[in-house]
Amino acid sequence: MVDFLTRRLMQSALILLGVSLITFALLYLLPADPVRQIAGRSATPQTVANIREQLGLDQPFIVQYWRYLLNLLQADLGRSYLQKTEVTSLISARIPASLLLMAGAIFCELVIGLTMGILAALRRGSTMDNSLMIASFVGVSAPQFVVGLLLLYVFAVQLNWFPIGGYGTLAHLVLPSMTLAILGSGWYSRMMRSSMIEVLRQDFIRTAHAKGLSKMRVLLRHALPNAILPIIAMIGIDVGIFMGGIVVVESVFGWPGIGQLAWQAIQRVDIPIIMGVTLVSACAIVIGNLVADIASLFADPRIKIR
Amino acid sequence: MTTIETVTLQSRGLSVWERFRRRKLALTGMVLITIALFGAIFAPWLTPYDPNTQMFDGLTIEGAPMAPSAQFLLGTDLLGRDLLTRILYGARTSLIIGLVANGVSLIIGTLVGVTAGYFQGFIGGLLMRLTDLMMAFPALLLAICLASIFQPSLWIVAMVIAIVNWVQTARVLYSETSSLAQREFIAAEKTLGASHPRILFRHILPHLVPMIIVWGTLGISTTVLLEATLSYLGVGVQPPTASWGNIIFENQTYFQAAPWLVFFPSLAIVMLALAFNLVGDAVREVLDPTLRGQD
Repeated sequence: MVDFLTRRLMQSALILLGVSLITFALLYLLPADPVRQIAGRSATPQTVANIREQLGLDQPFIVQYWRYLLNLLQADLGRSYLQKTEVTSLISARIPASLLLMAGAIFCELVIGLTMGILAALRRGSTMDNSLMIASFVGVSAPQFVVGLLLLYVFAVQLNWFPIGGYGTLAHLVLPSMTLAILGSGWYSRMMRSSMIEVLRQDFIRTAHAKGLSKMRVLLRHALPNAILPIIAMIGIDVGIFMGGIVVVESVFGWPGIGQLAWQAIQRVDIPIIMGVTLVSACAIVIGNLVADIASLFADPRIKIR
Repeated sequence: MTTIETVTLQSRGLSVWERFRRRKLALTGMVLITIALFGAIFAPWLTPYDPNTQMFDGLTIEGAPMAPSAQFLLGTDLLGRDLLTRILYGARTSLIIGLVANGVSLIIGTLVGVTAGYFQGFIGGLLMRLTDLMMAFPALLLAICLASIFQPSLWIVAMVIAIVNWVQTARVLYSETSSLAQREFIAAEKTLGASHPRILFRHILPHLVPMIIVWGTLGISTTVLLEATLSYLGVGVQPPTASWGNIIFENQTYFQAAPWLVFFPSLAIVMLALAFNLVGDAVREVLDPTLRGQD
């Protein structure tokens, strides 16, 4: 177990190192010059050169990267070029909002996706099964900004049930997390359906029925825990989809998380922020996968540690 | 159609097309794709308007977009352009990017997956670590970074989408190829002295074709959605070139007063992505050997 954990942690650290190298290389090649942005249009060549030197942007690639990496190890993501603030503090101030949004989304997606999947599996081949599966297809075919705008129009503008945007109360959380959850619910319901169908075919389910257990008990105590195992591994992958999704959803709903921060930074070519958010997202994805691996290890005693 | 029926039909050796044709949803998808293709190709003949002309009579006296009418079937947008015309031309953007980006990402994915799976060793390990690395990036965020670094044009957007989308194909083809490479017939070929290119192209690739078709079809919907999202965020296809994503972005300020401006292009995106998903799913069920006999 300890062996497995150390190896997985080492792997994760290596991947993060690679991630930092790639993001840095990308932004190093950036044609939009951040120095020009800071100095303004009317700056003399001397001022431009001074700023460049001040930011260390005149150093060779390897030197800049090495300096950046050393800072990273001290959780220092550099300073925003335009906001003149520490990127670490900008990001960490916004992480709680994004985490809250993601927690809401995971909750919605599990409730909707699993319910749809189980209902479809139980009534396999029926009209309900077919319509649920078509619904899940529509869910995975709708881009998040379309879902967001549609939910906004129906539930905020027309019905006035929820606020149009912003942050603060539980009511603010509903629409953004639903938007983020629709895509995942589609995948979950399909996976849950096939996994449930597979489990319901097994002998131990027939035995449970034969023992005279109620249908509900067989479903919840015998079938569900087995059918849910493949879903656990999916939650790790989900984090990756969320990290992209929050950029869209947070900008549609004006949710003050790291997605909105990234979005604003991209428009102003604020390199340290973009790099910081990408790195934080990559960390989240790596951690998400690690947690999912460990969770399925505990959830399913049949999985052997390799 | 019940399971038993399917199995007996399959064992009688129905052709792939026959099996595909029995799926109503997939046929619906094919019809939707055909409509989109038709609209995209014949756009100039289907509409009397130009997509980028801001028409004098295209706005109300107050300067607001016009509601759907006999003259403008889907109404006009905030600049007084015919919405239906822009949606038709937007279909060109979506389909071009969907096909080109997906084609390129399929080629990259196949090259990486097959090379790594066949040669294994150092090269294989390196390629697969690169794939792992790509998995750690959120695709959308990476695409946004790339698209904002390079000045976005139609082709740049297509390449950006290709770069972030090949990973899944590579992983699937890697595991498929590495199990194929260990089979007896490949060992036999090697013993007979066949060259690597011969083994790869004559013996391994033909086995992978169904898999490549499956991932190719499913991938189109992903690329169409990614293009729409990038264009919506302003880092994709740039106005005035019409794209379903930037039509929605431009018009969302009028969202409350003129919801159709957002509704119609949204419907177009969802329908096209849905169509490719339905067809892709049916193709997978028909072609994927691991799914045969299931439903």
